[in-house]
Amino acid sequence: MGEPTHAVHVHHAPKGFIRKYIFSTDHKVIGIQYYFLALFSVVLGMLLSVLFRLHLAWPNANWDLLGKLFPTGMAGGLMTPEFYLSLVTMHGTLMVFFVLTTAPQSGFGNYFLPIQIGADDMAFPVLNMLSFWITFVALVVMVMALFATGGAPLSGWTAYPPLSALGKISGPGEGLGQTLWVISLAIFCVGSLLGALNFITTTLNLRAKGMTLLRMPLTVWAWFTTSILALLAFPVLLAGGILLVLDRVGGTSFFIPAGLVVNEQLVNHSGGSPLLWQHLFWFFGHPEVYIAILPGMGVASQLLSTFSRKPVFGYKAMFSAMLAIGFLGFFVWGHHMFISGMSPYSAVAFSLLTLAIGVPSAIKTFNWLGTLWQGKIQFTSAMLFAIGFVSLFVTGGVSGIFLGQTSLDLYLHDTYFVVGHFHMIMGVAALFGIFGATYYWFPKMFGRMLNEPLGKIHFWFTFIGVNAIFFPMHIMGVAGHPRRYSDASNFNYLSSMHPLHEFITVAAIVTATAQLFFLLNFFWSLWKGKKAEMNPWNATTLEWTVPSPPPHDNFGGKLPVVYHGAYEYSVPGAKQDFIMQDSPEKIIEAT
Amino acid sequence: MTKIKVVSFLIVSVLIMAMFVSGCAKKSEPSEETAAPAQKAPTAIDQATVGTITGKISYSGAKPTPKVIHMDTEPACVSSNSGPVYTQDLEVNSNNTLKDVFVSVSGGVDNYTFTVPTTPATLDQRGCTYHPHVLGVMAGQALQVLNSDNTTHNIHPIPKENPEWNTSMPPKAQPLDKKFNRPETMIPVKCNVHPWMKAYIGVVKNPFFSVTGDDGSFEIKGLPPGDYTVSAWQEKLGTQTMKVTVGPKESKTVDFSFKGE
Amino acid sequence: MVGLRSGTRDAGQIDQREDVNMGLAIALVLVLLCVVSVIMFSGHYWWFPPLISTYTGYDKQFMLTLIIVAIVFILAQLALGYFVWKYRDRAGRKATYVEGNNTMEVLWTSITFVIFIGLGILGQRVWAQFHFAEPPANAMEVEVTGQQFQWNIRYPGADGQFGRTEAKYVDESALNFVGVDPHDPAGKDDIASINRMVIPVNQPVKVLLHSKDVTHSFFVPGLRIKQDAVPGMTITIHFTATKTGEYEIPCAELCGLGHYKMRGILDVRTPVEYQQWLKKQASQE
Repeated sequence: MGEPTHAVHVHHAPKGFIRKYIFSTDHKVIGIQYYFLALFSVVLGMLLSVLFRLHLAWPNANWDLLGKLFPTGMAGGLMTPEFYLSLVTMHGTLMVFFVLTTAPQSGFGNYFLPIQIGADDMAFPVLNMLSFWITFVALVVMVMALFATGGAPLSGWTAYPPLSALGKISGPGEGLGQTLWVISLAIFCVGSLLGALNFITTTLNLRAKGMTLLRMPLTVWAWFTTSILALLAFPVLLAGGILLVLDRVGGTSFFIPAGLVVNEQLVNHSGGSPLLWQHLFWFFGHPEVYIAILPGMGVASQLLSTFSRKPVFGYKAMFSAMLAIGFLGFFVWGHHMFISGMSPYSAVAFSLLTLAIGVPSAIKTFNWLGTLWQGKIQFTSAMLFAIGFVSLFVTGGVSGIFLGQTSLDLYLHDTYFVVGHFHMIMGVAALFGIFGATYYWFPKMFGRMLNEPLGKIHFWFTFIGVNAIFFPMHIMGVAGHPRRYSDASNFNYLSSMHPLHEFITVAAIVTATAQLFFLLNFFWSLWKGKKAEMNPWNATTLEWTVPSPPPHDNFGGKLPVVYHGAYEYSVPGAKQDFIMQDSPEKIIEAT
Repeated sequence: MTKIKVVSFLIVSVLIMAMFVSGCAKKSEPSEETAAPAQKAPTAIDQATVGTITGKISYSGAKPTPKVIHMDTEPACVSSNSGPVYTQDLEVNSNNTLKDVFVSVSGGVDNYTFTVPTTPATLDQRGCTYHPHVLGVMAGQALQVLNSDNTTHNIHPIPKENPEWNTSMPPKAQPLDKKFNRPETMIPVKCNVHPWMKAYIGVVKNPFFSVTGDDGSFEIKGLPPGDYTVSAWQEKLGTQTMKVTVGPKESKTVDFSFKGE
Repeated sequence: MVGLRSGTRDAGQIDQREDVNMGLAIALVLVLLCVVSVIMFSGHYWWFPPLISTYTGYDKQFMLTLIIVAIVFILAQLALGYFVWKYRDRAGRKATYVEGNNTMEVLWTSITFVIFIGLGILGQRVWAQFHFAEPPANAMEVEVTGQQFQWNIRYPGADGQFGRTEAKYVDESALNFVGVDPHDPAGKDDIASINRMVIPVNQPVKVLLHSKDVTHSFFVPGLRIKQDAVPGMTITIHFTATKTGEYEIPCAELCGLGHYKMRGILDVRTPVEYQQWLKKQASQE
């Protein structure tokens, strides 16, 4: 399509199995590796959640089979509270780090960022390979923590010290399991950090001729912004993690104050502050929320535009909003700490900044609606997930207006309201971004189409399912149900909520089972799917100008030249209802 | 092509992960719990010559008033007790003797090897207190922990010589089978859900131990003739030792006297 | 599910004209979502426990936020459903080439800014009442110390002074959970209680919040307050309970395996009953 102006050497794929598929420096292989790492983690994380949901609905039931699988955590088929908490902890950790951080950013970002900007690879291919294998080691260590002697860690994915710092004495799972957990996270930070460096450099330096910043697809803007967040946030968690490991095994006291008596034993530490960890963790943790959701936002914009056959409404407002979210995202971590004992005066500032970050989020929503408005909407599976993303983003976003207020957080903090809120927005909304991206890009990545009917069944079960799971949690939060309770029957005021627990569990089992439609579709289509054309969706961005799947160096040695913005759909007077970015066709201004 | 890529990646990653995990699991296996110390043949003891040690643990000083433990916020604790429950850290019997003193032969038996009893010792969680409050077991002897309450307890011994463990026991949980392989006196045991709950376990290498009851007396039978050190341990007042020589078929009296504040 | 019918087409085919059903299905599901939300949030089948404190501003701020958020939520979901249905691909339909509208951008940015920030500022009144206002001069002091997994309540006794505490004096089987120094005369008349916090009704209470081991969180839903108990810190909060009765105090910060069993009772009594309880408690010390 595009007329090559400067030819570069054709890069041939390296020969040899290991260099080609295992320790590959090809960004596409690495992207797929990340994707499968996330797929493994999401299946594991989901199974863990089904297990603890079973316990929440039927806390006294005997699961003989599970008792055989987990002889210590579920001796005789009864789940112990520590095993419940370990499941919750591992579910959260796997999902946040190994799914929501890896799939949308490192997975799709790795595969499509270079192609979408017209580059033949990442700026630092070897570094890219290292990022993946470091992340892989982190996952291995995390899975080891799950099977560690003394149990998997139980201090939640936020691992607040002193609980996470004191060692065995503070509970089961707080021995080896917790140490491995912290080490895994520290390793993960390194991998993400290297990845972020690579993404930023690639975006800034390797754009094809004509690919100005304002012509970049919003997905690229999203990956770019996310990388800046990752670059600034992960080092902070890394530092925190190192300090926590030192507290645990090195005898230091960064997070442990003097005079603690745990399990009637005097603790020989002094001088630390438990709040220090919370500040470090959330300085990372809040940007992390945006690391998970920003790529989803980019994907949603791309998909809504493609399948509405319309340009993205307010392109400039869209990437400005993303940059604003990224920037403000560093000044709102304190809203996780309104009741932590932090100064109540700083809480006021954090609260107002938090509500301010709602503004760019709202701008994005308005613009997505604007994109649909007067469009010509095609209901592909990918589009359905993009529409679902917008709906979930609204649902998850508005509950943030409650939690962002210092006053309302007084009651709602650490209740199921929070669980419902963040699952809606950074959990399933981000997941819908991943699903949408999968249905959209699968043909390009694997050369075959996914099955559309199966995709639609998958969408409907998942969309209704996640609403059924997470909506009731908001109500439970309003009724004051604290999170991370393995059994609510000890409290009179909680016992009336038991039917909700049962309902949520049934919904979770149905939704989890419905994911088989996706897995089935995925692996069946990998071999048996219909062959994909170069541009099955009539989309405009550069990945659709190369074969499916693209050759080793993406553009066959001829880097493209870009003439248009990313979303030129239904341009009046154009030959087709889309103009490829590298098409020399002129846009005649309608008069 | 891509399929080969995917499949090979999956296989390799699963293999690597399995390698790591199994390697780790093996390394972290608690060698102490699984590997019981090699059992030596028990030393032959002539039952015709064995003697007995008896005695009393008397107490002098101000008699402490036990405090009521208010468990009323946990109905399951209250319902399994017929009346108020009192603190057990220093229990003085009506005859001015001490209850729950662990008396053991701590010296003079090192040359002997004894058979570990096959019946398990039992520690029951009932009415949100431990029964018994002080328990003696032989090293390697099975210890069975029961939960008779309709509430969840966690049982958390804090040994120094043996591995630490901490496990929750929901109502109707299966009895927990544990053992301590190394001698250690005394191992404190706590329930964190009900922090007033405390028990002590004395782990010794011989069968010569006893815990005093409501009359403050003890009896240790079956000692072969010889010179021994007898220890008496009370959780608040500490340990006292005495030397005693037991002749063939002899019955010796060893009385201890503890002084309160 | 009507929308599934579209699935009979060939995989990957994007030419889906007249796909009325899918658009309609999405619109209907979004309408249903709004209806269920309204029913659940206005039916109060599960709702706040009755308010028992002088922090009455909380419920007002919550309702104000709820109404505004509900309007935003319903408008956004319905607009999404409507657009998806109205602008579905069908015969003869052409998308309009619109790149954006700056007036609209400015308009909706300003409106959301004013609403969000306005709500945040309004809510600060409730926050200020709890955090910035000094406890009344006649407030009685109670010390609450969290531990795995129990709330330890301590009253200063007749002398109005808490005895000194130190970690080394902790003796749990003797019920000295917080480590009151036995040599400090001020501690002799301190009254301790396990999990049960008895207070007189309509009496301002100042709570000194501690933790012995890990972070806990003192949450009384009826009072509309929550505050972490952080080891190494003393955090002061204050409240006035306005109704007698027993109210549960769940721990709201993950503190270990017994987190879900860390249950205190806020026992609000008449002043006479409160004094009786104090006396009885003191006699059993």
